[in-house]
Amino acid sequence: MIIELLQEQLFQLALVAALLVGLCAPAVGTFIVQRRLALLGDGIGHVALTGVALGFLTGTTPVLTAVIVSIIGAVAIELVRARGRTSGDVALALLFYGGIAGGVMLMAIAPGGSNAKLNSYLFGAIASVTPEDIWVIAALAVAVIGIVVVFGRELFVLCQDEEMARASGLPVRFLSLLIAVTAALTVVIAMRVVGLLLVSALMVIPVATSQQLTRGFRTTMGLAMLFGVLASVGGLLASTFSTKVPPGAAIVLLALAGFVLALGVGKFVRRGRTQESSVTDRPQLRVEEVA
Amino acid sequence: MSESAFSMTGGRVSFDGKPVLQGIDLTVSSGEVVALLGANGSGKSTLVRALLGLTPLSGGRTLLYGVPPAKFRDWWRIGYVPQRLQVGGGVPATVREVVASGRIARQSRLRRTSTTDRSAVAQALEAVRLTGRANDPVQSLSGGQQQRVLIARALAGEPDTYVMDEPTAGVDAETQQLLADTLSGLVLSGKTVVLVAHELGPLEPIITRGVLIREGRVVHDGPPPRPEGECARPGHDHQHAHAVESVAGPLTGWQGEPR
Repeated sequence: MIIELLQEQLFQLALVAALLVGLCAPAVGTFIVQRRLALLGDGIGHVALTGVALGFLTGTTPVLTAVIVSIIGAVAIELVRARGRTSGDVALALLFYGGIAGGVMLMAIAPGGSNAKLNSYLFGAIASVTPEDIWVIAALAVAVIGIVVVFGRELFVLCQDEEMARASGLPVRFLSLLIAVTAALTVVIAMRVVGLLLVSALMVIPVATSQQLTRGFRTTMGLAMLFGVLASVGGLLASTFSTKVPPGAAIVLLALAGFVLALGVGKFVRRGRTQESSVTDRPQLRVEEVA
Repeated sequence: MSESAFSMTGGRVSFDGKPVLQGIDLTVSSGEVVALLGANGSGKSTLVRALLGLTPLSGGRTLLYGVPPAKFRDWWRIGYVPQRLQVGGGVPATVREVVASGRIARQSRLRRTSTTDRSAVAQALEAVRLTGRANDPVQSLSGGQQQRVLIARALAGEPDTYVMDEPTAGVDAETQQLLADTLSGLVLSGKTVVLVAHELGPLEPIITRGVLIREGRVVHDGPPPRPEGECARPGHDHQHAHAVESVAGPLTGWQGEPR
């Protein structure tokens, strides 16, 4: 059955999209969660809706306008965050509401806009992915993975300890904007697959799942990417077998189920680990006492 | 030796209009081991951050190896140990990953981690005796051990100058002694050290210069305070702040007889 499916072009496109999203979202998500900005993806997702609607209104590709508007939104969010004022919290909220309301309003007056179209961007419509969409998604995915590979070491230092990054001469402002822009690109990649309202779930849940089982940053990211792919491909398959299942929601629920499972497994892993380390600690302590 | 690591003239910093540093003149030459002393809120931590350019000056100027912080490029020459570990968030990081990040100023963007990087990290871990914990998450370590991780992170970068903000605050006696031993090794190899301290404790013998800060001003700059009388007794617990308070009198009080 799966072999027959693989020969269908529609399914092939959807599978490629799911794979790319499953890889990119958790990779970027690891940095974002480490920086305690888990909701950044949500914020950008809200703003991106205005971008999508602008695409319909002006007759350009919605993905393109979404990229532009969500990058502007991400940069605005980063600038507010960097100012670090208490009012920044409210400013961000205002930006999010504006994004959603603006999107809905523009979509309603756009010539090709309809509630069905709006829903397909809010909640994803992986089955309607076109070859052109795939090219855009693939190009963005290459950009995102490239950024993670080239700047990963610096982004780790930045997200771990911003002051240390400054005292090491890293371009802190540039790197902060880079993370925001990368998150914006990821939101647009994931928009067609899980939808703008659930984009952030794929950036956060696989990371939360992975860290139940890991000790280090690198392994957390690697495992999160694996979980991301499993969830997105699994959700796609579920919706292919039963047409009643919406893929976006299936992907997110699958990811959540994985998290609950990892929570249980992680308890055992940690229990084993504390016993193990308390055993290895003892001889070390004695050496230090003698010295 | 004549090269100065830090040189601040008339350094002023204020937060929300409240002056924190009120005209600091401080030059630290290569090879010096300087302790910045002072009570809580005296401005010593702000001074350290201003010396590094982390806190902008509202007046005066400061130079890092002769260059203003904004134009400074040789950041590998500086090893900064902040006051406490600021683990960014929920994602775990191993001790080795955090220590390895101390190499960042020596690494170029497209080059992979080299064997030199790896051996520097291994040596730094060994120096603070955390080799056995290298693959454990930093978050699982005790406060004293986390402080050692930060020291190892600075060591890994093999800088010329170490800047440490309260490296001994709230850490166990063992870690304090370890820090003292590590620092004396660094000093012997000609490194420069600037550290903020409330109490010198086991670090006291290696300090070459004490700078006392009070209300954002340098009120003493010279030989470090030596414990006397009752306070010199081994095991004496420095709970009180006499080292700071004694300066209220003439500056000879640092080493002279109590009057």
